[in-house]
Amino acid sequence: MAFAAFGHGGGAKTSSGPTKSGRIAFFLLLPGLSYLALFFLTPLVSLVITSLQVPDASGEIGRYQYGFAVENYWIVIEGYLPQILRSFGYALIATVLALLISYPLAYFIGVRARRHPLLQGLLLTLVIAPFFISFLLRTIAWKQIFSNESWIVQTLQDLSVLAPDQYLVGSPFMVIFGLTYNFIPFMTLPLYTTLERLDIRYLEAGSDLYASPATTFRKITLPLSMPGIISGTLLTFIPIAGDYVNASRDFLGSTETAMIGNVVEANYLQINDYPAASALSVLLMLVILALVAFYVRRSGTDDLL
Amino acid sequence: MSRFSFGKLGLPVYTAIALVYLLIPIGYTFVYSFNNSLKSNIAWRGFTLDKWTQVCNQQGVCEAFANSVIIGVISTVIATTLGTMISIALVRYSFKGRSWVSLLLFLPMATPEVVLGAGLASQFLSTGTQKGMLTIIIAHVMFCLSFVVVTVKARVASLDPALEEAGRDLYGSPSQVFWKITFPLLLPGILAAALLSFALSFDDFIITNFNAGPETTFPKFVYTAAARGIPAEANVIGSAVFILAIAIVVTVQVRGSIRAKKLAKSN
Repeated sequence: MAFAAFGHGGGAKTSSGPTKSGRIAFFLLLPGLSYLALFFLTPLVSLVITSLQVPDASGEIGRYQYGFAVENYWIVIEGYLPQILRSFGYALIATVLALLISYPLAYFIGVRARRHPLLQGLLLTLVIAPFFISFLLRTIAWKQIFSNESWIVQTLQDLSVLAPDQYLVGSPFMVIFGLTYNFIPFMTLPLYTTLERLDIRYLEAGSDLYASPATTFRKITLPLSMPGIISGTLLTFIPIAGDYVNASRDFLGSTETAMIGNVVEANYLQINDYPAASALSVLLMLVILALVAFYVRRSGTDDLL
Repeated sequence: MSRFSFGKLGLPVYTAIALVYLLIPIGYTFVYSFNNSLKSNIAWRGFTLDKWTQVCNQQGVCEAFANSVIIGVISTVIATTLGTMISIALVRYSFKGRSWVSLLLFLPMATPEVVLGAGLASQFLSTGTQKGMLTIIIAHVMFCLSFVVVTVKARVASLDPALEEAGRDLYGSPSQVFWKITFPLLLPGILAAALLSFALSFDDFIITNFNAGPETTFPKFVYTAAARGIPAEANVIGSAVFILAIAIVVTVQVRGSIRAKKLAKSN
């Protein structure tokens, strides 16, 4: 799906069909799938185990022993409710913004530029260009462009849009701005992949039947691009909900903008409260699994990859 | 008809604006790599080439960069090998539990990085594994693998199986058929996957931060430096990598389109 945009050619499945089955497939799959079992699935299990641990009998900080402390979950939900709600709230707003910004862009590249493959390729390269420069450097660049001394903030203060002691960096606006910016390519690519396959004849049929451009869009383009909208939304919402760079104090946020990721990072790497960090991660993972399950029920597993 | 149409003019203009917006921070990073800055790189203090010519003078930048390159190369080789094998199996063979395999491959891409990072860190903690270069590579192979599968799979699917059948009909051994026919045809897809995998590994910060221990990588260097101000040398490295990557991608695309034109002519 989404990242098929990176592969050349792609698309049309020549009817290869099953040539041989069983043994060869098994040996081809074995190393990679074992790797994922060992370093993706098992860690999720160890995350659940860690989330239920209790402080070590010795009372030493950062040492825990096996337990079944389900209350860890209630403690983190109660303690970090604002951060949890904020994460999903920011993720929702940023995902909607990314969709609104990306759709016309993807439409132009996928439908309008279709007759000029070289232009299409170059436009696509520009969309993924941000991937080639460090995510952190890009975020810091925005921080400095919108810094307290910048002409943007000065102008906004002169126009009384911002109070004289009000700034952009550290505000929810800035964090959502950064999240939207950083994840736009994750929305644009899947949208592009579906729009690129859109049969233009359907649109022509729409206008032949005297439908206005708006009606054609609403009744034909939008429903046909739904798979791209859904996978783009997933691919954007999920990483945003777990991000902690944009909301971090050293980047675009402040303590008032902390998200789940910031709490997990602080608990895990700074105060070594592994059970709390793990419980929050498990909660985040459960929400994500629910979203993926919704997607799979709607579209099946064939389009996942 | 002089009625303004969004599609005719508005859409190209909008696209141009959106792309400029996407590229602003890249331009900013590039421009400030020439800033004659002192410790932090915020105010413009004049143009200099010193940061480019003496990039390693800044303590830690080049070490972090070298670590990121080593980690990126090793992770890419492993992830690309394992991922290509899986892609071939997915497209060419039928087997039971296929939808479970798809799901297992999709989930790492759908899992937030903090969860992947904290999960692996918990596993290393409970098994008493010392964090360092090895644990970073283990983590990177894990999250690159699925992206390799997605990229290579598209290429395998577009491959005509008749070519391999012809090889077998001419008494080629399975390994001859693979190395002389299948592999060369898959190569563009494999290279694209390797490039993507390297880019993902090189830029990863969140998962790395959970599993690096005392080891530093380029993104980790930038993150740590962010608290006191990022030196211009970091901009130099970021910009240099960007220019190199874009050059590779554009070359591949232009060559591809020239070849497509030649093919169209010869038909």
